[in-house]
Amino acid sequence: MPNRALFSALLRLGDDRLVLGHRTSEWCGHGPVLEEDIALTNMALDLVGQATLLLQYAGEVEGAGRDQDALAYFRDALEYRNALLCELPKGDFGVTIVRQFLYGVYSVLQWEALSASTDTTVAGIAAKALKESKYHVRHAGEWVIRLGDGTDESHRRAQAAVDLLWPYSGELFMQPADEAALVASGVTADVSVFEAPWTAQVQAVLTRATLAAPDVAWMQRGGRSGAHTEHLGHMLAEMQIVARSHPGAKW
Amino acid sequence: MSADERSWPLWEVFTQAKDGAPHEHAGSVHATDAEHALQNARDVYARRNEGISLWVVPSTAITASTPEDMGPFFDPANDKAYRHPQFYTVPRGVKVF
Amino acid sequence: MTPSPAVSEDPQRTAEFEARIARGESIEPKDWMPERYRKQLIRMMSQHAHSEVVGMLPEGNWITRAPSLRRKLTLLAKVQDEAGHGLYIYCGTETLGVDRHELVQDLLDGKAKYSSIFNYPTLSWADMGAIGWLVDGAAIVNQTMLAKASYGPYARAMVRICKEENFHKRQGYEIMVTLSAGTPAQRAMAQESLNRFWWPSLMMFGPPDKDSSNSDELMKWGVKKKSNDELRQRFINLTMGQVKAIGLTVPDPDLTYDETTGDWQSGPIDWDEFWRVVKGNGPCNKERLAARNAAHDEGAWVREAALAYADKQAGRGTEAA
Repeated sequence: MPNRALFSALLRLGDDRLVLGHRTSEWCGHGPVLEEDIALTNMALDLVGQATLLLQYAGEVEGAGRDQDALAYFRDALEYRNALLCELPKGDFGVTIVRQFLYGVYSVLQWEALSASTDTTVAGIAAKALKESKYHVRHAGEWVIRLGDGTDESHRRAQAAVDLLWPYSGELFMQPADEAALVASGVTADVSVFEAPWTAQVQAVLTRATLAAPDVAWMQRGGRSGAHTEHLGHMLAEMQIVARSHPGAKW
Repeated sequence: MSADERSWPLWEVFTQAKDGAPHEHAGSVHATDAEHALQNARDVYARRNEGISLWVVPSTAITASTPEDMGPFFDPANDKAYRHPQFYTVPRGVKVF
Repeated sequence: MTPSPAVSEDPQRTAEFEARIARGESIEPKDWMPERYRKQLIRMMSQHAHSEVVGMLPEGNWITRAPSLRRKLTLLAKVQDEAGHGLYIYCGTETLGVDRHELVQDLLDGKAKYSSIFNYPTLSWADMGAIGWLVDGAAIVNQTMLAKASYGPYARAMVRICKEENFHKRQGYEIMVTLSAGTPAQRAMAQESLNRFWWPSLMMFGPPDKDSSNSDELMKWGVKKKSNDELRQRFINLTMGQVKAIGLTVPDPDLTYDETTGDWQSGPIDWDEFWRVVKGNGPCNKERLAARNAAHDEGAWVREAALAYADKQAGRGTEAA
C-alpha cells in the first residue's frame, strides 16, 4: 500500500545524495592531485550508491512502477527534494571540500539516528552509509583544516567557501511538517535535533582551521518542497539527456 | 612556478589482506603527514576491501640491507630502499633524470 | 635502427645483467642495472602512467551523462581505477630515481608521450562501451605480457592492474551487448561507435614491426616480450568473435579470414593517421593537455596548502616538546 509520506521522505534522503554525489563526480579527472582525485571519486561513489538504494526503495514504496532510474532520470527539478546546499556548483576545491564537510557532519548524525529506524530497509541502508559518511567527515574535515590553516591563499578561499555555503546550511535542520507521523513511529528522524551537535562539531573544526562562520540574516530554503536554485535545472539537463533521448530504453 | 614546486613526501604502504596474514608492501603514495598518508593509502590500495589493515611509513624511514648481506649483483651506492630524488639534496635548477 | 650501447657501462656487469633476465629473474630497485635500461624503463613506465591519467578524460567526459545509476557507478569506478593505475605506475617509476613531479611536468609540457588512442573524442554513450571493450581489451593484450616484465616494481603494479582491467573490458563489452540488443537507435549508436574506434584501437599496438625502433632492446631486456604485429594479430583474433556475437561489423571491407592460420587478416591500416595523431594533430591532443594543465594549475594552491599546513604542524611539534 503506497505511503506518500514515506515516499517523500525517501526522496529527500536519496535526492540529497544523488545530487551531491553527481556534483562530486564532476571532479573525476580534474582533481588537484591524483590521490585526491581518487578520494573525491570514492566519496561520489558512496553517495550515488546510497542514493541508488534509497531511490530504489522509494520506487517500491510509491508502488507506481517507477524504479530508481525512472526517479533519477525522469523527474524535473521541481520534483526533486534535495537540500539546496547539495545542488550548488562544485566551485573550486575549497567549496567542494567545505560542502562535503558541512553536509557530511549532518549526514553522520542522520545515519546514526536512522540506524535505529523502525523500518528495517532504512535501518539497513543507514548502517552501511554511516561507515561511509564517517570517512567523508574525517577526510573532508582534515582538508578544511589544511586549507584554513595552510597558505594565505588557501585560507582566503576556504573562508570564501564557508561564507558562500553557510546560508544554505540552515535548511538541513528544517524538519518537514509532512513527516510528523513518520517521526512519531520511528521511521525517520527529526532533523532539527541535529542542529546543536552539528554546530558544535563544525565550529570545533572551523576554529582549528582558523575559519569563522559568517552571520547570516536568512537561511535559504525550499529544496525539500521542490523550490530549487537555478543550478539544479542545468545539472539535471546534463545528467538526464541521454536517458531522456531514448525513453523506454534499457542501459 | 610548477618547476619549483615542492613535491609531497613519499610514503610506503603495507596492507594486511586478511586476519593472520603478514603486512605486504603494496606500493606508495604521496601525502603531507601521516593521517593524510593513511587516508590516501586507504583510497588507493584498500578502497575495495573493507577492514583491511594499513601501515604507512615515510619512505625515508626505511633502511634497506647493506651490500655485505646481498649477492654480487647488488649496487652498494646507498642504504635507502631505492634511488629517489627526495633522499638526496640536489641544487635547484639541476635536472636529475 | 638499434642505438649503440653506452660506452661507459661495465661490459661484465651488463652481460651478467642480461643473463639474469634471460633466466627470468626479477630486477629490483637496488640491483645494478645499465643506465640505458633504467632510462628505457622510466620512459616506458611513465608513458604508461601518463596514458592511464590522460585516459580518464575521454571516459570522464560521460560520467555526468551516464544514462542509469548503475552505469554511472560503474563508469565512475572504472575511471577511478585508471587514476589508481596511473598512481601505481608513477610510484613504480619513482623507484628508478625520478620524482613523480618531474614526470608529470614532462607530460604537461608536451614532452612526454601517452597512448594516442586518448586523443580521440568520445561522442556518444556507446563510446563508453567501445572504449572498455576495445581499448581496455587492447591494453590487456599488452599488459598480460608486462605482468612478467623483468623489472619487479613494474611487474607487480601490472598484476594489480590486470585484475582490475578484466572487469573494465567485460563492462565495456556488456554495454555494447545491451545496446546491440536494444532499440534501433541504440543499435545504430553502438555500430557508429565501433566504426570510429576500430582502427584507432588497432593502432594502439604501435607501428608495424619493421618501423618500430625501441622494440629490439626492450625485448632483449625482457620488458617487451612480443612484437607489435603479433599482439595486434592476437587482439584482432580475440575480438572478431565478440563483434560477430553481437551482430555488428568492423569498418574494414578488406578483412578476410585465413582458414589455415586461423588469423583474421586486417585490411591496410592508415599509418599516416597514426603518425599524425602521435605528432600532435589528432582531434583532441591539445584539449587533453589543456585539461591536464588546467587541473594541475588550478590545484597548485591546494597542494601548497597541504605542505604549508604540514610545515606548521612540524614547527608546532618541536615547540610543544
